[in-house]
Amino acid sequence: MNVQVSRRGLLKGIGVGLAGGSLGALGFGALEPAMAASVRPFKLAQMKETRNTCPYCSVACGIILYSLGDRSKNAKSSVMHVEGDPDHPVNRGTLCPKGSSLLDFIKSETRTKYPMHRTAGSSEFKRVSWDFALDRIATLLKEDRDKNFIAKNGDLTVNRWTTVGFLGASATSNETAWVTYKVIRSMGALTFDNQARV
Amino acid sequence: MADYSSLDIRQRSASTGTPPDIRRQQEVAKLIDVSKCIGCKACQSACEEWNDLRDDVGINVGVYDNPHDLTAKSWTLMRFTEYENAETNNLEWLIRKDGCMHCTDPGCLKACPSPGAIVQYSNGIVDFVEDHCIGCGYCVKGCPFNIPRISKTDNKAYKCTLCSDRVAVGQAPACAKACPTGSIMFGTKEAMIEQANDRVVDLKSRGFDKAGLYDPAGVGGTHVMYVLHHADKPQLYAGLPNDPKISPLVAFWKGGAKVMGLATMGFAALAGFFHYVTAGPNEVEAEEEEEAIDMKARGARRSADEIRPS
Repeated sequence: MNVQVSRRGLLKGIGVGLAGGSLGALGFGALEPAMAASVRPFKLAQMKETRNTCPYCSVACGIILYSLGDRSKNAKSSVMHVEGDPDHPVNRGTLCPKGSSLLDFIKSETRTKYPMHRTAGSSEFKRVSWDFALDRIATLLKEDRDKNFIAKNGDLTVNRWTTVGFLGASATSNETAWVTYKVIRSMGALTFDNQARV
Repeated sequence: MADYSSLDIRQRSASTGTPPDIRRQQEVAKLIDVSKCIGCKACQSACEEWNDLRDDVGINVGVYDNPHDLTAKSWTLMRFTEYENAETNNLEWLIRKDGCMHCTDPGCLKACPSPGAIVQYSNGIVDFVEDHCIGCGYCVKGCPFNIPRISKTDNKAYKCTLCSDRVAVGQAPACAKACPTGSIMFGTKEAMIEQANDRVVDLKSRGFDKAGLYDPAGVGGTHVMYVLHHADKPQLYAGLPNDPKISPLVAFWKGGAKVMGLATMGFAALAGFFHYVTAGPNEVEAEEEEEAIDMKARGARRSADEIRPS
């Protein structure tokens, strides 16, 4: 459709538009948007809070995992935000840069979520069951210990096993750390970090 | 936009209306104690995490600053400066967390031409409302600290919000909560000044006799303040302005020039109206019309002659 606008009509239209647009600037407020609040809504308001421990280093900072949903049957939980636990005596709510970015650690595609096994000569990891993994570890440990265990140094009984090392996790409590220590030391292993610095 | 805000608006960009003005909220402030900072960048991580931002992976150019500058997605940045102190013969590593200062007299808000795109809450926080942002970049020019950045994705301006969404529900900003050395603290402005004064006394007792609080009066004070060991030379800290002021161009353009312009516009409209009433519109009279038709006819004949060369 062709609309015929005369030169005069066009100028008139432009003039009216300009005048209208200028009214706001001249203080006729109706053309401005109303005073609106603009704070972003607080995103954690109704999120599920779960206490946990930062998995990185042996400082073992307390963290709170904020997750979607209220754990009702049909809502699938998912961690949406991680923040320091203000009630935790170790960090009192603070976190280092790694702790502060734990959300991306949790969501990372390369995070290990279950036991993985790479057979000798293979180039890729395959998912295995916990039973398989624990059996495999036990077998290998036993083999190695049988081969390399040193019971005596001359006449002195030493009972040491130096070919295996063990790393504990940062989230261990006093009690789990005590048990870990007892298990590893009772086998004679010397190389042992109860709270690994990862 | 959802309106869960418990923050009253004190100032609003490019608006002539005044917001409701009888309530007074306690002013809040963030205190950054540069002397306690270890440059770990937990504040940067916490900021990106809280604000659902993930900046692009950058390139190392040989300094610890990462990213190299503030971006639309990195609202805070540790800036590292190596300073050889001639007096003590010490190498000092000055680390300053850069970001919006939340000025009492915000240059960005003054310069902004879009109504309601920049607001200042009555607790002192200066916030960008991207819904109303037109991406003109005037706020960048208006800012004495060179903070706002225009996003290449949506052409809107972004900067630190002082976690207005957290403060509105009574929580500290994400960076202040995360800071493992307590270098970033948050509270009422009064409490932060008190805290700063304690720190300044402590620093002075440790040999930093020029230690002091950075709360520049040129912008009416700020709601992000620094404790500096060399408060006499803020410039040392990656170019923190010694005496920040809003550019006089902004004051001229948004003050004098704007008023003059509006007055001229109003006068032109009035003059036009009175001219219309007194002189009336410029009518085309019948003989003028005939003359025009005549001229047209003559013109047509002439062009016809030109086409046919004799």
